[in-house]
Amino acid sequence: MRWILGLIGTVFAAVLLLSFLSGITAYFQNPPAPLASDEFHREPKGLHLASDGPFGKFDKQQLQRGFQVYKEVCSACHSMKLVSFRDLKGIGYSDAEVKAIANQWQTEVPSINPDTGEPATRKALPSDTFPAPFANDTAARAGNNNALPPDLSLITKAREGGAAYVYSLLTGFQNEPAELLKKFPDAKTPTGLHYNPYFANLNIAMPPPLTANQVTYADGTPATVDQMAQDVSAFLMWAAEPKLGNRHRWGYVVIIYLLFATGFAYAAYRNIWRNVKH
Amino acid sequence: MSFSWARPYEPKHPVARWIDERLPLPRLVYGAIGGGYPVPRNLNYWWNFGVLAGIFLTIQIVTGIVLAMHYFASIDGAFNSVNQLIMRDVSAGWLLRYAHMNGASFFFIVTYIHIFRGLYYGSYKAPRELVWMLGLVIYLLMMATAFMGYVLPWGQMSYWGAQVITGFFSAFPMVGEPLRIWILGGYAPDQAALTRFFSLHYLLPFVIAGVVVLHIWALHIPGSSNPTGVDVKDEKDTLPFHPFYTAKDGWFAAAVLLVYALVTYFAPNYLGHPDNYIPANPLATPAHIVPEWYFWPFYAILRSCTFNLFWIDAKLWGVLAMFGSILLLFFLPWIDRSPVRSGAYRPVFKRFFWLLVVDVVILGYVGGAPITPFNAALGQLAAAYYFLHFLVILPLVSAFETPLPLPNSISESVLHGEAAESAPAGQASRPGSVAVATAE
Repeated sequence: MRWILGLIGTVFAAVLLLSFLSGITAYFQNPPAPLASDEFHREPKGLHLASDGPFGKFDKQQLQRGFQVYKEVCSACHSMKLVSFRDLKGIGYSDAEVKAIANQWQTEVPSINPDTGEPATRKALPSDTFPAPFANDTAARAGNNNALPPDLSLITKAREGGAAYVYSLLTGFQNEPAELLKKFPDAKTPTGLHYNPYFANLNIAMPPPLTANQVTYADGTPATVDQMAQDVSAFLMWAAEPKLGNRHRWGYVVIIYLLFATGFAYAAYRNIWRNVKH
Repeated sequence: MSFSWARPYEPKHPVARWIDERLPLPRLVYGAIGGGYPVPRNLNYWWNFGVLAGIFLTIQIVTGIVLAMHYFASIDGAFNSVNQLIMRDVSAGWLLRYAHMNGASFFFIVTYIHIFRGLYYGSYKAPRELVWMLGLVIYLLMMATAFMGYVLPWGQMSYWGAQVITGFFSAFPMVGEPLRIWILGGYAPDQAALTRFFSLHYLLPFVIAGVVVLHIWALHIPGSSNPTGVDVKDEKDTLPFHPFYTAKDGWFAAAVLLVYALVTYFAPNYLGHPDNYIPANPLATPAHIVPEWYFWPFYAILRSCTFNLFWIDAKLWGVLAMFGSILLLFFLPWIDRSPVRSGAYRPVFKRFFWLLVVDVVILGYVGGAPITPFNAALGQLAAAYYFLHFLVILPLVSAFETPLPLPNSISESVLHGEAAESAPAGQASRPGSVAVATAE
């Protein structure tokens, strides 16, 4: 049997080594062409948020500013279907404020006319999730040059780099570098797209969404593009992970408990084994 | 079971006696994990990981049952039931889910350490072949369960993972494609696949628990192996499982749970993939489809076959190599015929063992990394070595190697350990005794 198994192993190894040889031969005979997106794509910039790290917790003031940016800018195109108005109590709004925010939301909630059964809309309630700006994905694409604005509920968990990625993307719009065009003449940003080195393929359908003083912050913070981008990234971090504060708080208690448990259990172990040679 | 000096169960309380006469379940437990199971006294900390695997299986079953109370197995509702209902609205739902997600990873971490401990110390050799093979059955069931569990949130990686993994079957000629369609209940992953994966994901952990009972039963016939690989000879060589190993397992389990809690509470998504927070979309393929980290070495082997040899095409070679890489482990007791169990007394084997560890780590890296010409070439060499290691090198090493002299008994090796510890550096040349000394 060992001979048969040895033969099988040799055949598998042979297939793999032949794969290796054909792979490197192909590589040297026909080296793969470099891609503009490999050379000019950039990793997200550093972003420091209050929620970072094991001791992080949300800065509610900043989350409220970020929510204002979402409400006044992003929500025109981007849905946030997993978050409810009532969740906003988690960033410091009172019951009455949440009710008012829901009531005044720019998009109404699809409903039916209670008398006729005809499709209708009604004002949002705190128990509703944020109404989507478009009725469906087809409508969203039709309104956005055939690009689908992604739902933002989980965006900071659904992208490599998280909140820092969102921040970098929002502040990363720029002219296409001349060097890129010199090296890759075919890689010119197509009409209707926008160059952004933080986006995976460098060209994003979303136009630069933020301009200075686009929103007027209630707390008087100057609304620079960088500030708004940071605030909305912090808010989207909260939207994706609203229980982060609880999680960290429970975490300390559990870790301290387990430290004591480990210590006592180790002492018990040493005590039980004290006269045993092993 | 096992040894003649195993302490018999002697219930003192009349109620315990009453129960024992009618249903000797306490007697069974006492003999399995109580004072009635004699264990070699020289076990080091690598022997703690079997118990840890049992602990993580329990954590998975408990968190999983509660999660299933809130989960909808529907292609329209699954993603939201996980990411909206459970993560936001269910009391401590976020904790249940993160504990379950990371519990799966930790279950695999401790199981991999448990398997490599078995490989190093020759735990697969006679008379423990069935212990080893039942362990591999558990491992295969774990892989199936973990794969189907990852499909349940119905995110992008869930969907495309299901697409790729069930696609393996279509590599087989003739029966492959009908088999794939039969497994999925359709031409692509859809409601039928999701419902049956949920059903099986709920079932298989209990099958695992059943095979764990057989694994432990088969283990308790010869009793646990030990770092010297020398058989237990008399009572001096052993200690009762309780209180000695319950205490040792107890503090070590608390320490490992501490690490698990750190990840679960402070970096819960570190081991996951961001794409699974995007709802499944059959029309948009992710840039890099990768499985969970514990499948990376096998995924690397699968992707490494790119050459059509004989009448078998590269895809089928990849699938055969991937399944073969696990199935060959079932033959290990007969591949390695060295009479010496422990790698500590096998100087040549030991070197190749560590080379294998490095090889599997490289395969794991390649399996998770994007395909570049360099990664592909590295993976192909590492995959070739994996097969050569088990099917060519190991039989040769076991035939030609001269092992180091074994201690006469476990108790003697324990005394040697002390002598080695107090001896001048360099004189403690016997690796087995060094291992024992460090375990102190």
